[in-house]
Amino acid sequence: MDLDMREVEAVCAALYVQALKILPPDIKAGFKTLVQNETDATGKTILGTMVENIAVAERTKNILCQDTGIPIYNVTIGRNVAFDGAELKAAIRRGCERATKENSLRSSVVHPITRKNDQTSCGIRVPIIHVDFDTREETVGIEMIPKGSGSENGSFLKMLLPSDGIKAAKRFVIDRVVELGGRVCPPTIVGVGLGGTSDLCMHLAKIAATRPLRTVCSDEEGAKIEAELSQAVNELGIGPQGLGGRSTSFAVHVEVAATHITQNPVAVNIQCHSARRALATVTPGGIAFS
Amino acid sequence: MTHHVLDMPIDADTARSLRIGDTVTLRRTLYGIRDATLIHMFDRDRRTRLDLNGHAVIHTAPNVHKVPVSAEAPVGYTPFCIGTTTSMRMERFTRALMEREGVRLIIGKGGMGPATLEAFRDLGGAYLAIVGGAAALETTWIEQIEDIDMDDLHPESLWRFRIRDFGPLLVGMDSHGGSLFADVQDAVAARRDAVLASIGASE
Repeated sequence: MDLDMREVEAVCAALYVQALKILPPDIKAGFKTLVQNETDATGKTILGTMVENIAVAERTKNILCQDTGIPIYNVTIGRNVAFDGAELKAAIRRGCERATKENSLRSSVVHPITRKNDQTSCGIRVPIIHVDFDTREETVGIEMIPKGSGSENGSFLKMLLPSDGIKAAKRFVIDRVVELGGRVCPPTIVGVGLGGTSDLCMHLAKIAATRPLRTVCSDEEGAKIEAELSQAVNELGIGPQGLGGRSTSFAVHVEVAATHITQNPVAVNIQCHSARRALATVTPGGIAFS
Repeated sequence: MTHHVLDMPIDADTARSLRIGDTVTLRRTLYGIRDATLIHMFDRDRRTRLDLNGHAVIHTAPNVHKVPVSAEAPVGYTPFCIGTTTSMRMERFTRALMEREGVRLIIGKGGMGPATLEAFRDLGGAYLAIVGGAAALETTWIEQIEDIDMDDLHPESLWRFRIRDFGPLLVGMDSHGGSLFADVQDAVAARRDAVLASIGASE
């Protein structure tokens, strides 16, 4: 399959808009579960408003949240796909810019020093583009994540010592959730990275925070910790928007990587309740959005 | 728990009549403000021609359509998606915003800290919590973008919105030292050790 770059550009533009407007089914289902389990009156009211907002956005064809986020594109390339890598990156960037201009989306991206906003949702090294490979025949997956920043500011890394053990990592996660309270727009998905180097650990936390609900860490030990922490955070009582209740998080997700004998890194990255993602799968048969 | 319907602007006594747990619906006028606007106004002493005296500000930077100037769009913008950002980043500007510009109410998400609570107590003000992320719904409460200043900071300009029945909003912090956010934080802090013990992560 030859990857058509005009098609990639159009898909990347469409994905940004779709992600901003329609929450994935797993998040909608997650809201149902939280509503059932919430006992706090304020918490129940706030969850009700969030669910109403999802319906209003779909009915009025509006975007869910004002924060158009930092655009992230995760591209997964299968076997027997021919493409020019530099062209692929350029096409993604054009698609992101086109979505912004054609839909008058707020550009939330600025230069880190001058704070200048080019009004394109693009800038130095943004959109963030990750390219990976898998074994599917003639298939390219493009996932778009507009990462909201109230929650992105809830990001932490700690290079713990091996002698601190996994117990210190768990405590670090709980303490960051406590410290953040309502600032990260709970109910959240708490993404946790364990292991790797400092940069990989932070990236693991982002993968965890943006993973669909009801998926499980592929590492058995990581899966045990995410189950444990998922229950624990909802015993804290932070609740929706930090105003009290059980629904602090949809889940805690953990991703792991091997690490150095001297290291014990833990990272936290939070996803807010507007946990937006959109996926397009490109094959010789056409493009499927989900 | 009282429900207040406020025709903006209001005076200090009205702001002091709000108590945590009360609900509020605002009418007429609302200003939009956030990080860059406040940095320019107070760290760089930039002045605005807009009159914020007695008004409410919402922590926002909206999505708007640029359109020709008309009766419906007096400054050439129509609202598209207007929501709320995390307030805590703007904690250090509350007192200045109240003292210099006369602001009475702050609308945002996630709550604010002790410096804001102190400014409310000294000057008469309150924090109204809105549901963060519920921007599509919030947009239906906005009628028009009436005026704008400092638009070189777009979208972090100073916006004046005409509103209809903006709310209900929850009084999260008041002029009497009350903060629902601080109350929840205290309760959470009291549970922390037990939660850590339950997962074998005690100090």
